[in-house]
Amino acid sequence: MDFLAGHQPEMLPGNRQLPPTQGVIEAPHGTTIVAVTFPGGVVLAGDRRATMGNVIAQRDIEKVFPADEYSAVGIAGTAGLAVEMVKLFQLELEHFEKVEGAQLSLEGKANRLSTMIRSNLGMAMQGLAVVPLFAGYDVDRDKGRIFSYDVTGGRSEEHNFAATGSGSVFARGAMKKLFRDDLTEEQATTLVVQALYDAADDDSATGGPDVARRIYPIITVITEDGFRRLTGEEASEISRSVLQRRLEEPDGPKAALL
Amino acid sequence: MSTPFYVSPQQAMADRAEYARKGIARGRSLVVMQYADGIVFVGENPSRALHKFSEIYDRIGFAAAGKYNEYENLRIGGVRYADLRGYTYDRDDVTARGLANVYAQTLGTIFSSAAEKPYEVELVVAEVGETPEGDQIYRLPHDGSIVDEHGSVAVGGNAEQISNFLDQRHRDGMSLAEALKLAVQALSRDTNGGEREIPAERLEVAVLDRTRPQKRKFKRIVGRQLARLLEADGAAAASDGSEESDGAE
Repeated sequence: MDFLAGHQPEMLPGNRQLPPTQGVIEAPHGTTIVAVTFPGGVVLAGDRRATMGNVIAQRDIEKVFPADEYSAVGIAGTAGLAVEMVKLFQLELEHFEKVEGAQLSLEGKANRLSTMIRSNLGMAMQGLAVVPLFAGYDVDRDKGRIFSYDVTGGRSEEHNFAATGSGSVFARGAMKKLFRDDLTEEQATTLVVQALYDAADDDSATGGPDVARRIYPIITVITEDGFRRLTGEEASEISRSVLQRRLEEPDGPKAALL
Repeated sequence: MSTPFYVSPQQAMADRAEYARKGIARGRSLVVMQYADGIVFVGENPSRALHKFSEIYDRIGFAAAGKYNEYENLRIGGVRYADLRGYTYDRDDVTARGLANVYAQTLGTIFSSAAEKPYEVELVVAEVGETPEGDQIYRLPHDGSIVDEHGSVAVGGNAEQISNFLDQRHRDGMSLAEALKLAVQALSRDTNGGEREIPAERLEVAVLDRTRPQKRKFKRIVGRQLARLLEADGAAAASDGSEESDGAE
């Protein structure tokens, strides 16, 4: 990125001058991303909806991307800018790895993403914010970790679970009630689908599982073995079983009262 | 005041080429060759940290013999070129041919510019295709020319001798273990025809494996995996070796 800044500065998202605008720019926005850790890894998932005002801009947008072999980033906010930011982030991690012959540490990756978000602050002030969620497997500490960000690039490590985007409030509530320390990988993937379902239930900008069009959340798992995105069948199976149970209990699993 | 001697351009170029060739010949040789599932890089390298082979992009690998600081410089330039290309256009738009051309330009310019000493390096740029027919191997000597190679190529110290050895024995569709064995055999031949043993710890091996599910096909083969492959060809060597000596006779 430093090389790019010197060589072709116009390629970097943060270096573009924006014309002064009145009001909010209409551009597709991505919505809810959730992440949860389990012993041995971390799950990162996102719904498939992009909205532009009250219009659904896209039903099958992909908002969770592998950053490299051991980390992934899920994006909420202005879709166009976020996708470009992820592309640049992926490039930087790969470039570093090839030039140095070693991977960046997970902290290093998280810090780098923080700088990139900060460089977008000008746009964020005009309503084009990008707020990603970064999750990865820390090979040095042997555990999955989650980092969340705010629009100014402020980075904070989240323990156990985290959510970002418009439906995050509802998703976090659901995860808070469902999370436990001894989740298996399968339970963790079910948990994120439950959380996304609850987010879609109460937030109009978040898309639920679309059975008619066979559009299901993107679910990714990062463990010691690296990044893996669940196949369409796996995601549909989890979503369908969640949906099936919700037909009996629309509000989902009940937590103990005391 | 002394008048400068007139040196004919032919003589000047010949001197520079001689200088570069001598520099390259001081380094150890390395071998790049095709096998059934891709392209394998094999070289003798006592260092764990200073690599002779490296990944440039998804399907492109780089190998170099000669002076470390000079080829490392070229390697980083190549990674930058490839990453910038891939980011600006698309990952598929980064090709070995394009990269080889850039290297040829760079090396050629340096070679013929009187202000700089010629680079004492010889490079190999290889790209693995979807099928063996799609594989590309380019050899870039110190003077900026490009040689399109097929099957196998050797660069470095006694490259010519190793190339001859390989040309006679390399065939299409070898397994990785077979290819590795042949490469090690070729590398362990001395200039005077004698053989010496190269232990596994002193080998640097990498592959561009077209069967890898990831986008990035480059992979280093180290430690146990390398030992296993070398052992596998030890077992196969009995049957394979006799066959080979028959062919050579």
